[in-house]
Amino acid sequence: MPKVTIDNIEIEVPEGTTILQAARMIGERNKADRHVVPPAMCYYTSLKTSGGYCRTCIVKVSQGSTKDPRPMPKPVASCRTNVMDGMVVQNTTSPELLDARKGVTEFLLINHPLDCPICDQAGECHLQDLGYEHGAEGSRYEFERRTFDPIDIGDTIKLHMTRCILCYRCVKVAEQLTDGRVHGVINRGDVSEISTYIQQAVENDFSGNMIDVCPVGALTDKTFRFASRVWYTKPVDAHRDCENPKCTGKVVLWLKGNEVLRVTGRKDQWGEVESFICNTCRFDKKDVKHWTVEGPRHLDRHSVIAPTTTNSSRSRSSLPRPLRKAPP
Amino acid sequence: MARKLLLEHDNKPGIQGLEGYRANGGYRSVEKALKTMGPEAVLEEVKKSGLRGRGGAGFPTGLKWSFMAKPPGVPRYLVVNADESEPGTFKDRYLMERIPHILIEGMITSSFALGANVSYIYIRGEYFYIYRILERAIEEARAAGWLGKNILGSGFDHDIHVQVGAGAYICGEETALLESLEGKRGNPRIKPPFPAVKGLYGCPTVVNNVETIAAVVPIVNDGGEEYAKIGIGKSTGTKLISAGGNINKPGVYEIDLGITCEEFLNSDEWCGGVQGRALKALVPGGSSVPIIPAELYFKTAAGEARLMTYESLSDGGFATGSMLGSGGFYAYNDAQCIVRSTWNHTRFYAHESCGQCSPCREGTGWMEKVLHRIENGEGRLEDIDLLWDIQRKIEGNTICPLGDAAAWPVASAIRHFRDEFEFHVYHPQKVKDPKHFEKTPFVRKPKTVAA
Repeated sequence: MPKVTIDNIEIEVPEGTTILQAARMIGERNKADRHVVPPAMCYYTSLKTSGGYCRTCIVKVSQGSTKDPRPMPKPVASCRTNVMDGMVVQNTTSPELLDARKGVTEFLLINHPLDCPICDQAGECHLQDLGYEHGAEGSRYEFERRTFDPIDIGDTIKLHMTRCILCYRCVKVAEQLTDGRVHGVINRGDVSEISTYIQQAVENDFSGNMIDVCPVGALTDKTFRFASRVWYTKPVDAHRDCENPKCTGKVVLWLKGNEVLRVTGRKDQWGEVESFICNTCRFDKKDVKHWTVEGPRHLDRHSVIAPTTTNSSRSRSSLPRPLRKAPP
Repeated sequence: MARKLLLEHDNKPGIQGLEGYRANGGYRSVEKALKTMGPEAVLEEVKKSGLRGRGGAGFPTGLKWSFMAKPPGVPRYLVVNADESEPGTFKDRYLMERIPHILIEGMITSSFALGANVSYIYIRGEYFYIYRILERAIEEARAAGWLGKNILGSGFDHDIHVQVGAGAYICGEETALLESLEGKRGNPRIKPPFPAVKGLYGCPTVVNNVETIAAVVPIVNDGGEEYAKIGIGKSTGTKLISAGGNINKPGVYEIDLGITCEEFLNSDEWCGGVQGRALKALVPGGSSVPIIPAELYFKTAAGEARLMTYESLSDGGFATGSMLGSGGFYAYNDAQCIVRSTWNHTRFYAHESCGQCSPCREGTGWMEKVLHRIENGEGRLEDIDLLWDIQRKIEGNTICPLGDAAAWPVASAIRHFRDEFEFHVYHPQKVKDPKHFEKTPFVRKPKTVAA
């Protein structure tokens, strides 16, 4: 089993593990080491061929392997690079790498509308986290930002292309989870956009998972839009016997009083859903009577929703430090 | 008169057709390879020749071929990259237009060496008329038995398909080309795996430039050692250079690698000197390579005469050198504005970025806007530093080399012509006229650069 060192922490991982996965294993082994985990905006463990696009997870490989100790000439995407035995990786210990990541963050934000005050994703947005952790205080971009009109894709999903960072996760959902893909990327360069071909509606049992995988507020749940800020809702784990054989029926209900405001998949500490759920569970079962409530959802990701972290824990500094606060 | 290997017969009557091509010694390499040599021997000759990829990167072709995985029962492919879209480069167009059969001949011989039974030409959409020429040539070759089953009774089957692109520069990147050839959106793939292991339809694939494949013909005919005698050091053989810009004789020239840069620019045999005015700057290898000022073109930082070779042109790294690239050579006289040209290049890259990875998608558009502002006299001094910072954050952080290609021209323009950028900031009224350097050329102070 190859041994890899990330930011001076060594771990032995199975063959074929990527650097990102190895870093996450370090973070899971000891929560104090979670700062070595690079941010990932486009990679999604359960979606094949995802990753490599956003470039936020880049790391510096200062030693390729024991056999070939040469450093890699450029930063590599940790989500798509497999570890080799004896590889030495620098993430937060390399100032030039952090500078490059700051650059990527800036690029992702120059055309982003920063409309967080009216965005449903605010509070659970990965781009917000990335901006706080790795971004600069202000933008150097002074030109008009590119905009698109919001599009309805189907009855239940709204696409705000203006907020999109083109992570391709929803395209992979369309490709891999739903049958009959009607959703992809059109145009190129900085005007490329996610679109259903000629605005054809996405109608599929699993299309709602696009909302869950979207790291920003580009794809939002129309049944939840403007209903509440996420931090005013209470997440609880719940399940039901779903008729759909592909759906596990294990969800999180976001409650306000006894009212179910929205239903999502269960996200792990890396912000990825544990199992994909069907649209019936997500959009139609909006009553607690439909569900067996298991108990409060334990959020393991730092966020305004998590009761254990507060706003004061977010510093605007981009210096390396343990980024994710461990819950008690 | 220098020797010509590829363009020897380009003006012979009927060379476009099979008969005319045969009359001038065409398809000898196929006969030689299939009848007297084996695949291994052809590969050996290509290795001996020291041929390097002519598409821009200059990777040794023999080495690339030997990396090709050979799992049993899996087809292998040769794909010829004719998606020549680099601004300033038009050598493949000339070659395919004048002598289409040399490409087909090279493809048959190369495929024999690689064990590929099917090969593809991916040609850019704008070359549709050349697509017709190639199709006609392939038809002729097929009718004459050079393509199809059991060529020359050797038991080797081969066929060639031509695929027209839809006008995207990014599809010249080898993995984006393969995606496009498979019928998908032309986004570059993340490497590894490299195409030699997992390429077209997941099978081992070699992607080569048109000129590289055409060069296999003289290599097999005359032997690799004979080919390696031309040129200097690791730059062997001849290279097609498409010369343009402010020179007296623009056109496609075949040069021996190793002639001096000065000779190439000033000799009447080649470019015939700079048009009318003084030489200001040069781009020796297509728009992606760094632009260098005149004095660094003639002499390296160490004071040696610069040669038209891969090594000599990149001598001094990006601080004082450039690259041979794809051979898109163009010169600027002192009426030209470097800022305007850089803006034009960046506009191209911003338009052609595929939009897959963030630094290139967002950064190229940003650079274009900043450069447009400077060029139109609305720039500020800190914009120059901003540009430098943006290009630095694009370079090396992208999936494919398009990000680097967009960053290098900007970096080199600022490195060598910073005072011209500053002139644009200080004299906004003077640069309002698009031809602002025509009447009063900008005189730059030559910088002393550390060797």
